[in-house]
Amino acid sequence: MKSLLDDQVRKSRVPARLDWWQSATGLLLGLFMWTHLLLVSSILISKDAMLYVTRLLEGSTNPSEEGGHPILVSGAAIAIFVLFVVHAGLAMRKFPANWKQWRTMRSHMKMMKHGETSQWWVQAVTGFIMFFLGSAHLIIIASNADKIGPGLSSDRFWSWGLWPLYLILLLAVEVHGAIGLYRLVIKWGIFDGKDPRATRRRLKKIKTGLTIFFITLGLLSFAAYVKIGMERAENGQVGQRYGSEGGEDH
Amino acid sequence: MTTNGQPKGRTLVFNILRFNPQEKGDKPRMVRYEVEEAPGMTIFIALNHIREQMEPSLQFDFVCRAGICGSCGMVINGRPDLACRTLTTKFPEGEITLMPLPAFELIGDLSVNTGEFMRSVAERVESWIHSEEAKAPDLDVLEERMDPDTADAIYELDRCIECGCCISACGTLRMREKFLGARGFMSVARFMADPRDDRTDADWYEVIGDDDGVFGCMTLLGCEDTCPKDLPHQAKIAYLRRRMVKA
Ligand code: HEM
Ligand code: FES
Repeated sequence: MKSLLDDQVRKSRVPARLDWWQSATGLLLGLFMWTHLLLVSSILISKDAMLYVTRLLEGSTNPSEEGGHPILVSGAAIAIFVLFVVHAGLAMRKFPANWKQWRTMRSHMKMMKHGETSQWWVQAVTGFIMFFLGSAHLIIIASNADKIGPGLSSDRFWSWGLWPLYLILLLAVEVHGAIGLYRLVIKWGIFDGKDPRATRRRLKKIKTGLTIFFITLGLLSFAAYVKIGMERAENGQVGQRYGSEGGEDH
Repeated sequence: MTTNGQPKGRTLVFNILRFNPQEKGDKPRMVRYEVEEAPGMTIFIALNHIREQMEPSLQFDFVCRAGICGSCGMVINGRPDLACRTLTTKFPEGEITLMPLPAFELIGDLSVNTGEFMRSVAERVESWIHSEEAKAPDLDVLEERMDPDTADAIYELDRCIECGCCISACGTLRMREKFLGARGFMSVARFMADPRDDRTDADWYEVIGDDDGVFGCMTLLGCEDTCPKDLPHQAKIAYLRRRMVKA
């Protein structure tokens, strides 16, 4: 059928694309962050397990013996950084644009005492924090991709003094990501099925469960890196490679 | 025991926002009223009691007293709801704070002008059937029969009483006044479901295809959680979003 408006100027499709991309980048980042933490937590098994994972991600063909090409890790970090910047740019459109909007949203939140409304605020705040700290982290990784492993990474936690950065990032990213994925699934009705309300109740539980799981896993991994970092500082091993970490070319 | 043999009810404390914008120099203030709770008491009954016994100038709206007309929406302990459908027993602490619905023009005290806003939404959505036939209906011809499931789906969305609760509960709309809001989205979904309406998705995109429309919704779900009629806001807004992203 001919659209009733065919002869008029059509509205731009850009807002639709931007909303879609905001979700797509959020989804990729969210899933990446969970995977990332699972990989990083290999330190809880052993130093060698983490070394194995590191070499595997460097594209080593024989990760139990030798490293691969850290340049691949740099490339991945840059790709994530691009996603990160695009997502932040799109999502920040939703930030309060002026003092009046800020105040209205705050008073609305206080009036409603409503979960999803308050969680949106948490997302905006954690997003804002990550914009700075996440950028710093990604730049450090992209430019130090040959210094990743159970030893040198632990040095970054302790001897470089970056542990506060990692701690804040861990909490911010897990909270932001879980709320974001929950919102994303509801916003597009991805698992709505016959009873969208029941789906929401279930999603809420899953969100809480996953947040607790990943924060716990993250804190344990965090503690493991800090502990190794402290030991290395005590033993005067700071900056020394553990096994062949950082690739074979060293 | 009281004189009528009923056990004496709790003493409820009402904190009510009083403000008459028509009165020069009047400032918004919270005023406290004490009311003895009666069995089956709703906020609406308590308000009438206050007006009859203590404060004849208290302004608030009601018509049907049965959750049908949508006149009595107000913020009850922080959440928009219908005064006539809210029992005082819902509040075990016995302290009830009443404010007028935000996002609407204040008439006075708890009374707001939802009509103007609702009319603007209706005009924006053009909430009437669009078709060649509707332009020049032949009154001698019977309307085509409608499939009962379709009729039900339309009715489900037509249950909206335009009380304004979803509008006041929407953080997105409170921040961005041009945002259409859930009432408008329900109306769009209603006419989309109606086979008599000829508007295509491209036409609907003209109505809600921007950040004042469905792409501006931040999924705060205030509408979903406060709608006194339980309209399917969460599901329908997601549905509109999916449809509009492809339009
Ligand atoms: C640069 C820092 C970031 C900023 C400023 C930021 C900001 C935001 C904001 C404000 C929202 C809400 C958008 C809305 O209401 O429509 C959001 C959504 C989201 N964020 Fe972030 N974010 C950042 C980084 C991340 C990261 C690292 C992840 C991955 C864990 C992530 C995952 C998500 C997801 C999944 C959503 C939901 C997307 C949607 O509803 O369309 N964000 N972000
Ligand atoms: S008085 Fe009609 S809905 Fe409450």
